[in-house]
Amino acid sequence: MRVAAFLLSLVLLLPGPALAVQPDEILQDPGLEARARMISREMRCPVCQSENIDDSNAPISRDLRLLIRERLVAGDSNDEVIDFVVARYGEFVLFDPRVSGWNLVLWLSGPAAFVMTGLGLWLVRRRKVAAGLAPLVPLSSGEEARLAELLKDGGGPDGMAGAGGRKD
Amino acid sequence: MLIELGHFALILALMVALIQTILPLWGAHRGNHLLMALAGPAAVVQFGLLAFAFAVLIHAFVTSDFSVALVVSNSHSLKPLLYKITGTWGNHEGSLLLWTLILALFGASAAWFGSGLPERLRARVIAVQGSIGVAFLAFMILTSNPFLRMAEAPMDGRDLNPLLQDPGLAFHPPFLYLGYVGLSMSFSFAIAALIGGRVDAAWARWVRPWTLAAWVFLTIGIGLGSWWAYYELGWGGFWFWDPVENASFMPWLLAAALLHSAIVVEKRESLKSWTILLAILAFGFSLIGTFIVRSGVITSVHSFASDPERGLFILMILGVFTGGGLMLFAARAGVMEGKGVFGLVSRESALIANNVLLAVAAFVVFVGTMWPLFAELALERVMSVGEPFFNAAFTPFFVALAVILPVGAMLAWKRGDPGRVMAQLGPAALAAGGVGVLSLGLLAGQGVIALIVLVATGAVLATLWSRLPLAFRRRVPLLMLVLAALALLWAVQTGRSALGPLGVMLGSWVVFGALTDLWNRTGRGVDRFGRLLRLPRADWGKALAHGGLGVTIFAISAMLAWKVEVIEVVQEGGSFRLGAYDVQLADVREVRGPNYISTMAEMVVSRGGARVVALYPEKRAYPVQGMPTTEAGIDYGWLRDIYLVIGDPQEGGGWAVRAYVEPFANWLWAGCLLMAFGGLVSLTDRRYRVAAGGAKAAATTARGVPAE
Repeated sequence: MRVAAFLLSLVLLLPGPALAVQPDEILQDPGLEARARMISREMRCPVCQSENIDDSNAPISRDLRLLIRERLVAGDSNDEVIDFVVARYGEFVLFDPRVSGWNLVLWLSGPAAFVMTGLGLWLVRRRKVAAGLAPLVPLSSGEEARLAELLKDGGGPDGMAGAGGRKD
Repeated sequence: MLIELGHFALILALMVALIQTILPLWGAHRGNHLLMALAGPAAVVQFGLLAFAFAVLIHAFVTSDFSVALVVSNSHSLKPLLYKITGTWGNHEGSLLLWTLILALFGASAAWFGSGLPERLRARVIAVQGSIGVAFLAFMILTSNPFLRMAEAPMDGRDLNPLLQDPGLAFHPPFLYLGYVGLSMSFSFAIAALIGGRVDAAWARWVRPWTLAAWVFLTIGIGLGSWWAYYELGWGGFWFWDPVENASFMPWLLAAALLHSAIVVEKRESLKSWTILLAILAFGFSLIGTFIVRSGVITSVHSFASDPERGLFILMILGVFTGGGLMLFAARAGVMEGKGVFGLVSRESALIANNVLLAVAAFVVFVGTMWPLFAELALERVMSVGEPFFNAAFTPFFVALAVILPVGAMLAWKRGDPGRVMAQLGPAALAAGGVGVLSLGLLAGQGVIALIVLVATGAVLATLWSRLPLAFRRRVPLLMLVLAALALLWAVQTGRSALGPLGVMLGSWVVFGALTDLWNRTGRGVDRFGRLLRLPRADWGKALAHGGLGVTIFAISAMLAWKVEVIEVVQEGGSFRLGAYDVQLADVREVRGPNYISTMAEMVVSRGGARVVALYPEKRAYPVQGMPTTEAGIDYGWLRDIYLVIGDPQEGGGWAVRAYVEPFANWLWAGCLLMAFGGLVSLTDRRYRVAAGGAKAAATTARGVPAE
């Protein structure tokens, strides 16, 4: 029983877990609330390991969620709200890196890799086709005779069955 | 004493691994049969020693031996037995021992099942596997020894992170490691082939089962991790594009690519050097994953300094194996000239497209994961890359992959007839379109009308289909897919309004395509059902895995598009509406578990007055670790999960409550399981048994390998 009392006292000392979005944060206007949710899904909690502030339980995330709603109620556009938060907390809070400057490398690396691979494959193929289309050297008369002989030997019904029996 | 024996076994294993690496390689070089024959026994002994060491560590955890530092910092005497055992690998040192044990297991498997391999290849494969073992054993002994003792044993331990005290996560790491480490076998085969300078169909036939097994384990591991995130983290998310998740996803993508390119090597003797390169890269990404997870470099750039030794060591391992492998590749790739010539439209081309898309997708994930590190080091900017980026940059490639999958899977080798395949896939495309229309109708609240129209159109088309002009039948799928893909890309870029119906349609297309492929394999005429059952297991495996991918795409789309969320304050005894359901908060009480204290709510879900289920979501506090967790109350269902979470008591009375309806949630994990099961079925195909068993092989080859 003493153990239980001890555990209970420890639990009471714990800070209560504040779950993600709280009912008291939700705005009356469903349109504004939807925008707030959308923005907070793209904002990183500054103290957690890659969690957005919409899902995060950290107190600072709650502050940010309230801040975003405050700005939205004040009439800011989505971009203005995001700029406002970034100005205070830095680029770190942006889960959606801006498509500008060095970040263009980040955004374009996938499409660029795809195009370059495609180009490379096309070049390889062209080379192979060019090599494959090189004029065939005709058989000499001796080779012709030998071929005819071979065909005559292997031309029986067994040979036919062997050739046609397997397909993949 | 036992602990010291375990420690000693670890050091002995390192010595054996050194022997396993050096002597067989030398033997293979000089043609010395004795030295080459040493590889097998060395691999088995190394595995035995590590199995002993691991058993000792588990024993220390189970008996709560608090004289061992690792047990003190990760266990507690009150912890349930299951989590005492799984706590063994719930930490850096223990999981590293498990990693190395699995590595040795694969080496030993090559010794046990590799009797049919050419002598030199076998010796080299086991030796390369041994060299990876040397690196990781040295890493463990020098920087992360699990057997360190405490100077003074404390009375009790500091407990395991409560988030990890969970069945889903308990078995997630072993599967993931089996996958990661399984790719080391593909790597070893690739390096052995580069040293020997010979890559042929037989080699590919040897590599494929190992890659397939690794991929199956990775699929299960990732699926388990995702399922855990879904039910444990408390908001029903299943994938967060977190660096640690990406670390497992990149090898999965590359293993999938390797799996498919090895088919081309086996059947057509083409794509050899690309396959070798993929094998090296796939294991390289496994190592990068290990680096990301264990150095803490990515999740928080600043913890690099806190443990530079470990991070640097893994970076060195990564550099030696990936860099060394790539250099060997550059030097020797010339000896592997591909043989097969194939047309622009053929199974080979389709598999190349599969490989390009998977590799580019993996590359996008890689760049996105590493970008914050690059930005911090090179640009001195602290920034994040998260879900919005990956959704926009990764999805298009995967969508393209899903669109071409059914067509590519049915094209003939060498020269395919796209028109014929399209006509065969016409019904599948129409059915997928039908599912899309139905879901749009449901979205607009006109589900019944949409269903009636669909069934009527379907019936008419089904009777008329074979009489429709061929030109029309050929163009139906193409038209529908081009339209759908464009609309989906547009939806991803702009919002999620059209994403649901289109994603569901795409998933259905892949599923119906897999079914069409399977049906098509039965040929023409009578007794097609009988032949369906007699198809090679590889065909079934292919259809199951592709179908599983389709089901997964279907479920992800449905969950993203039609999730219902309610966040509210509810008084005890009060109720609220959740979609079509009414939820009543019947009671909230305190409950005591073995090592936690819980606030448990009783919530009764009903629909139209009829009681559906009572759920008991909890909020747990683990006093030793000082950490709270949420245990959602979930009613798993065929078409939807009901997902309830209890939050904090409110100042004005009542409780904060979060509730969700998650449509088709179970289908997501069922899809993953189906993919893994497809891989397993394929693994039991007799072709591989021919390759695996020595005595059996002789018997089966005598009867001849069936044509496919």
